[in-house]
Amino acid sequence: MSAAEDNPLLEEFTRKEYEFGFTTDIASDKIPPGLNEEVIKLISAKKNEPEWMLEWRLDAFKVWQSMKEPEWAHVQYQKPDYQAISYYSAPKSAAPLGSLDEVDPELRATMDKLGISLEEQKRLSGVAVDFVMDSVSVATSFKEKLGELGIIFCSMSEAIQKHPDLVRQHLGTVVPVKDNFFSALNSAVFTDGSFCYIPKGARCPMELSTYFRINEAGTGQFERTLVVAEEGSYVSYLEGCTAPQRDENQLHAAVVELVAKDDAEIKYSTVQNWYPGDAQGKGGVFNFVTKRGICETRAKISWTQVETGSAVTWKYPSCILKGDGSTGEFYSVAVTNNAQQADTGTKMIHLGANTNSTIISKGISAGNSQNSYRGLVQIGPRARNARNFSQCDSLLMTDTSGAHTFPYIEAKNPTAQIEHEATTSRIGEDQIFYCLQRGLTEEQAIGLIVNGYAKEVLNKLPMEFAVEARKLLSISLEGSVG
Amino acid sequence: MLQIDNLHARIGDTEILKGLTLSMGAGEVHAIMGPNGSGKSTLASVLAGREEYEVTAGSITFDGVDLLELDATERAVAGIFLAFQYPVEIPGVSNINFLRSALNSIREQREEEPLSGKDFLAKVKACAQLVELDGKLRDRSVNEGFSGGEKKRNEIFQMAMLEPRLAVLDETDSGLDIDALRIVSHGVNSMRSAGRSFLVITHYQRLLDHIVPDHVHVLAGGRIVHSGGKELALELEDKGYDWIVDNPATEKA
Ligand SMILES: Nc1ncnc2c1ncn2[C@@H]1O[C@H](COP(=O)(O)OP(=O)(O)O)[C@@H](O)[C@H]1O
Ligand SMILES: [Mg+2]
Repeated sequence: MSAAEDNPLLEEFTRKEYEFGFTTDIASDKIPPGLNEEVIKLISAKKNEPEWMLEWRLDAFKVWQSMKEPEWAHVQYQKPDYQAISYYSAPKSAAPLGSLDEVDPELRATMDKLGISLEEQKRLSGVAVDFVMDSVSVATSFKEKLGELGIIFCSMSEAIQKHPDLVRQHLGTVVPVKDNFFSALNSAVFTDGSFCYIPKGARCPMELSTYFRINEAGTGQFERTLVVAEEGSYVSYLEGCTAPQRDENQLHAAVVELVAKDDAEIKYSTVQNWYPGDAQGKGGVFNFVTKRGICETRAKISWTQVETGSAVTWKYPSCILKGDGSTGEFYSVAVTNNAQQADTGTKMIHLGANTNSTIISKGISAGNSQNSYRGLVQIGPRARNARNFSQCDSLLMTDTSGAHTFPYIEAKNPTAQIEHEATTSRIGEDQIFYCLQRGLTEEQAIGLIVNGYAKEVLNKLPMEFAVEARKLLSISLEGSVG
Repeated sequence: MLQIDNLHARIGDTEILKGLTLSMGAGEVHAIMGPNGSGKSTLASVLAGREEYEVTAGSITFDGVDLLELDATERAVAGIFLAFQYPVEIPGVSNINFLRSALNSIREQREEEPLSGKDFLAKVKACAQLVELDGKLRDRSVNEGFSGGEKKRNEIFQMAMLEPRLAVLDETDSGLDIDALRIVSHGVNSMRSAGRSFLVITHYQRLLDHIVPDHVHVLAGGRIVHSGGKELALELEDKGYDWIVDNPATEKA
C-alpha cells in the first residue's frame, strides 16, 4: 500500500495545481531572439553603458561560447535553446488595472492568506498606485536615511552610471565570469539587478529589500546583484518575496556576489517562489543561480533561503572563507512538490586559519518531486583549526518523492574538525493523526509539522519575512481539501 | 451519550473488533480492561476516527449523531478526546503553540470567537496546575524529550484545556509511578462532571482505586465479554482474565 493511499491529503499534494500563478500582459520593448555580439552591443547601448562594461560583456560572451552546459546536477530538463531567447526586454508602462477588483480573485485570496497589505497587493498585481501610498513614502524616507549613512542601494544599471568605480572594482571578483556556464552567460547579457554598498563602520539600520525599490525594474531574467560591505560594517539584505511570481521567461540565471571586508557582516535572506509549472512541471521556471560571498579577516556571511518555487532549481550559495577567523553560514529550507526538482546546497571553502562554517539544510519533498542537497566543505592547506558543522535533514511527504544528499568533503589540513549529520524521515501518519485528534484540520496539521521541522532555519529570517515564509510553507504543501 | 452497536473494524486484512457493543451515559466513567492485543487501542482509534481502521459493520452514535460520518477533526470538534497510549513527538512545535492552534481551530469550527491571549494563558496556568505540569514543559516542543510520565501528564493537561464531552484514556496509567498516578487521577477526577464521560482503558486495577468507575468491561477477542460494577476490577486483579475469556458462558452481550 502506498503512502498516498494511506492519506488522501498527501495524495492530493501530487495533484495540487499552482493556483496562484499569474501573468501580466505587459507590452514590452523586445529585441529579436538570438545571442551574438551584436545583441550584446545593443543591450549595452540601450543601457548607455561605458566602454569597459561592454568589453567585459563581450569577453564574457567569448568565454560562454567555449563552455558546455553542466549535467552533473541531479535534475532532468529540456535544455533551453539559447538562440531562441530574447535577451532584452524593457517593460513598457502597460495600461494599469483600475482597481483590485480586476485582479484574479484566486490570486487575491493567496495574497490575503500571506497577509500582504492591500497597498502591496495593488503593487504586486499591477494596479495603478496612488503616489501617496504608504510604501512610496516609506521608500523615500528610507532612501534619505540610507543616504545620511553613505549607504548606496540602487539598481545595477544606476550603479554602473553613478558609481562606476565601485562596480568595476568588485564586479566579477567573487563569481568570475568563467566560473560556470550560467555565470558566463549572465555576465554577457545581464540586464539589471541590485547594487548595495555599505561604507566602513556603518550599520545598515534596516533590512534592505528589493521590495522597497518600487517603480524600478523588477527581477530580470539575468539578474545581477552585488553587495559590498566595507570594514566593520553590517547589512541584512532580503531578496525575493513570498507572493507567487510567474514569469514568461523560462530560464533564470542570476548571479549574486557578496564582498565582506575585515570584520564586516552580511546577512542575505531569500524567499524564492517562482512558478513551478503545472503538475507535470510544464511551464515552470528554471532557476540556475550562482551565489557566492567572500569573507576577509573575521568577516561573516550568512545565507538563509526558503525555496518553494521553480520547476528546476540549481543553486549553491557559497562562502569563500579567505580571511583568518571568518565565518560562513548556510541555512536552507527547500520544498519540492509535484514534478519539481531541486539540486541545492552550499560550498564552504576554508582558506584562512580558524575559519568556521555551519550548514543547516532542511529538504521537504512531496508529490513526485526530487530534492537533492549537494554540499562541499573544502579545507585548504593553510586553514589551521578550521571547523565545519553540517546537518542535512530530509522530510518525505510521499513514497513517490525523493530525497538525496551529496556531501563532499576535502580536507587538506589535518587540524580540521568536520562534523556531518544527516537524517531522512517520512512525515508521520501518527503525527498527523495526533494533530487531527486535537481538532486541527489536515492543512493546519501539515503546516504545523513542516514549520516545526524547518524552525531552525525560519528562525534565522528577519521577523516579518519569517511570518510570511511560515505561511508560504504551509500554502506550498496545502492540498485542495474539500 | 455514546452507543456502540455490533462494531466490526479491521486494519488491512485483520479483523480486530468483532461485534463490540457498549453503551455509556452522560457523566459516567467506564473502565475497559482486557489482555494485551485484545483490541483496546483499536477501539480508541476507531472512536477517534483514525482512517487506517476500516469499520466494516455496526454503528457508533454520539449525542444522537452518527459518529462514523465524521472525520477525526470533526469528532474532536464534537467533543471527543483521546489521551494516547503512545503520545507522539512533534519537533519544533511548542506545546503551547500547538494547544493554542488546536483550541482556536476547534472554536472556529464551532463558530466561536478565538480565545484572547490573556484568557488562553490564564487557562493554561489553571490546567497546568491541575496536573502539576512544569512551566518548561509547556514551552518545549510537543512531547519532545518528555519522560514517559511527563507525556501522560501532558495528555491530561491537553484534555483539561480542550474540555471534551467524552475522554478516552488509553493506558494513561502505564509507566507512571505512584506519585504521577495520583496526579493524573486527580486531574481526571476534578474534571468529572454531569456532562462529561470517560472511557478509561487500563491493565491495572490500581488506577481504578483512584478513578472509581461506574462500570467495568472486559474486552477480549474484539468484543466486550463481560461487564460489571467497580468490584469486577478487583476480581480481575485477583483471578486474571482466563476465567472469563475461556468460559463463554459468562459472556454478557
Ligand atoms: N497496524 C496494525 N496492523 C496489523 N495489526 C495490528 C495493527 N495494529 C494493531 N494490530 C493488531 O490488532 C490487535 C489489537 O491491537 P490493540 O488494539 O493495540 O490491542 P490492545 O490495545 O488491547 O493491546 C493486536 O493483535 C495487534 O497486533
Ligand atoms: Mg493498547
